[in-house]
Amino acid sequence: MNDVTSDATNGVGASASTPVVELCKVTKRYGAVVACREVDLTLRAGEVHGVLGENGAGKSTLMKMLIGLVQPDDGRIVLDGSQRVIHDPLVASSLGVGMVHQHFSLVEPLTVWENVLLGEAARLDRMRARRLVTEIGDHYGLQVDPDARIADLSAGLRQRVELIKCLRRDPRIVILDEPTSVLTPAESEQLFHTLRDVVAREGRAVALVSHKLAEIMHATDVVTIMRQGRVVDHQPTATVTASGLALAMVGREVSLRGAAAAVGAHVEVSADHHSSPQPPTESSTQPVMLRLSDVTVTRHGVAVLDGLSFEVRAGEILGVAGVEGNGQRELGDLLSSLLPLERGLVEVDGNKVRCGRAGSLAKAGVAVIPEDRHDSGCILDMSVAENLVLDRTHLVSRAGVVDRARLHHNAVELMKEFDITASGPEAPLRSLSGGNQQRVVLARELSHRPKVLIAAQPTRGLDVGAIEYMSARLRQAAVDGIAVVLISTELEEILHLSDRIVVMSRGKVIGGMARHEASTERLGLLLGGVAA
Amino acid sequence: MTDPVVLDTDDAPIPPPPIDAAPSQGRAHHGRRDLMVVVGLYVVCILVALVASAVLIAVTGGPWRSVLSALIDGSLRRPGRWGQTLTETAPLLIVALGAIIASRSGLVNIGQEGQVLVGAAATAFVATRGSGPVVLVLALVVGVVVGGLWSGLAAVLKYARKVPEVITTLLLVFVASQVTGYMLTRQFLLLDSDPNRPNRTQTSAQLDPETRLPFIQMFGNKFPITVVIALVLAVALSFVMGRTVWGLKLRMVGQNARTAQRAGVSAVLVGSLALAIGGGLAGLAGGLMLTGGLANYRYTSGFSSSVGWEGLLVALVARNRPLVAIPIALIFGGLRTGSGFLAATGVGREIVDVVRALLVLALLVPPAVMFLRDRRRASASAGKGVS
Repeated sequence: MNDVTSDATNGVGASASTPVVELCKVTKRYGAVVACREVDLTLRAGEVHGVLGENGAGKSTLMKMLIGLVQPDDGRIVLDGSQRVIHDPLVASSLGVGMVHQHFSLVEPLTVWENVLLGEAARLDRMRARRLVTEIGDHYGLQVDPDARIADLSAGLRQRVELIKCLRRDPRIVILDEPTSVLTPAESEQLFHTLRDVVAREGRAVALVSHKLAEIMHATDVVTIMRQGRVVDHQPTATVTASGLALAMVGREVSLRGAAAAVGAHVEVSADHHSSPQPPTESSTQPVMLRLSDVTVTRHGVAVLDGLSFEVRAGEILGVAGVEGNGQRELGDLLSSLLPLERGLVEVDGNKVRCGRAGSLAKAGVAVIPEDRHDSGCILDMSVAENLVLDRTHLVSRAGVVDRARLHHNAVELMKEFDITASGPEAPLRSLSGGNQQRVVLARELSHRPKVLIAAQPTRGLDVGAIEYMSARLRQAAVDGIAVVLISTELEEILHLSDRIVVMSRGKVIGGMARHEASTERLGLLLGGVAA
Repeated sequence: MTDPVVLDTDDAPIPPPPIDAAPSQGRAHHGRRDLMVVVGLYVVCILVALVASAVLIAVTGGPWRSVLSALIDGSLRRPGRWGQTLTETAPLLIVALGAIIASRSGLVNIGQEGQVLVGAAATAFVATRGSGPVVLVLALVVGVVVGGLWSGLAAVLKYARKVPEVITTLLLVFVASQVTGYMLTRQFLLLDSDPNRPNRTQTSAQLDPETRLPFIQMFGNKFPITVVIALVLAVALSFVMGRTVWGLKLRMVGQNARTAQRAGVSAVLVGSLALAIGGGLAGLAGGLMLTGGLANYRYTSGFSSSVGWEGLLVALVARNRPLVAIPIALIFGGLRTGSGFLAATGVGREIVDVVRALLVLALLVPPAVMFLRDRRRASASAGKGVS
């Protein structure tokens, strides 16, 4: 599939002909999961190589092998024609491989020059370090005040510091892992400008890992597309179109996970087929249970939710798709009363809710299965029985005193109804398996008779049986007239469960469709941040 | 040429680690073997402390053979001593209960010493201006309120300005010490106006006999009803934390503030209240010490005599369990009276302080070991639970 490398890059220019790094048939397994399967990748001097793929496609694992954070189980890494074993990032660094990580690895209380020098074995020379920062900054157009504290800098400036940190070691190979995920469009533009410079003027090799179609199209010379740990395509960027990339990234046919297959009748579902095994529900006549209008929340100067609007009706499942880090976590937090609103409106069943007030959304009837149950879904050191009544203590108490019999009774009933396996209601939640902990959360949230159910990545980390159970419960919730919002980065999950789909990108909804209208191409474009 | 600052490069951002329960309750899953381990640890630690003390006393030329017997004589054996021990125990226990409430809400209040001081000073201020049981009760209530406001300051700073309560409660100790010290220099505040006051030292006026706490006489021992109050409070607190909705909310906030917030329990409200109650209890301890006869019913400089610090230690050793705090406070009380007696046998005061510190350390080691082990177990089982 990808043996076309040499032909493909001929058109790019003479400077781009020397392979600096060759990854040959590298494979990495994590238990039963194959993160990368016989991946080939060739980086050439003077070339920006895009690596495109969805979450979990294996992009990051591949790059980690190149930087020495992960050791391949199989395959070879060839640098400048000789095979190398990259034990750790120090080796990678000495071989001229530098990486700018997706999540900043800067020490916030320290200044810019201190961060740039971090890890240096030699004596600290403040003047030299400051000069270094200024010089590199001027050279690449990455100006930043060397004495500024990281904590005071915007995301864009922090990114610059990361780049300076990487470039000052004069790497021949620069890896950028989702570099624009925290940048504004203007900052991204500036970054790509710099990249072009680094490549054109100095003949470095650059790997740009991204899921954004626009930036792959805009900033790369060659693109490798990965899906489920494999390279599915490899093309000069000039010859591809955004929709072609989208299709290749998401897959011609959305493949079915074993788990989803277990749901039963819906095995046949494929996004390209207009067949819908479940008739579209007659939900358009149902009342709107949850409405978000122009919801805006900023963090560190970046709008993490930026004018987000959508509505969900009773009895329907709305799938909120999107690549990780586009505001889904903040949406979950907002609907868990954990974030105050800066602008906009959240209405539940027609009533405005004061977001950010303890329990305001729960009281309004919004149940949440949070993305990270340990973070805001349950309390590990409390008993199962206590975890089942966290927000409804009035039901098991009399005059402020907990009625143990009622607490116990409530727990026994819910444990039976939701099939929770534990040594008893008094068992600490910590002692339960992940799937059972998730059921405790589900049981508590559904026993409220909520109007709205938010399920954020509800099946992440669960085994097949637990996934099946969760999917069935979500469907049942919708049948019972609850407005269900399924926030997931797994497209298959969204396609299998939702009646309607919206795609989030950069904190807002950039497109929506009914499930039976969903096409892989359109979804792929939306996931890649291209409104379609 | 190094780049060791390599964090996560995964597609998925690492979720924040579960906000772990500070000291886990750990009653149910402590089996018999754990109990043996704890008892063994205590025995070894106390033996080591005693031997070290004996060596220290021998080296400095004291009667090293009699360390243990002097400690026991002073705290239990001699006539009237166990009454004295109970008298010393009660304020320690009350202070510890306050520290426990704050810890359970996830806050670390280490300023009990200052809260005891302001509570005692405020009680003295009111109690020296009248007489009778009404004034007594009023004075104690004022002591509670002032102690609560004192630690409440830390709560305001924490929730309004994000200043860590560990720092503010600690620094407020020194402010309390200075403020109460100043009060003792001014007659319109606390200074005794009687020109014939003993030794012309800076003390408050003596409390009127009508404004003192009643005493309990038992088998030749005598102690104020503070002891009963402390016991009742310990049982009450145990009930509140274990059996009431408010106690459940307190633990929710302490163990996972985000889950609590989602469930409608505000960490700000619960935490502030817990901190204020803790300070109030410390203030109450100060007031009860004064009205129970410490320093001959006079507020003097250095009045708290480290009850605040030691009460905090009691809470630590008891690992935030109110009922366990009762015997622990008793041991600390015995150490106070016993070491006083040790000084009377001719051992230097500094050496006595060191001996006491060694024994306190010996008491602190086992709970610290158990705490670390519980936490390791907890994180191990959490790791298993995730996937």
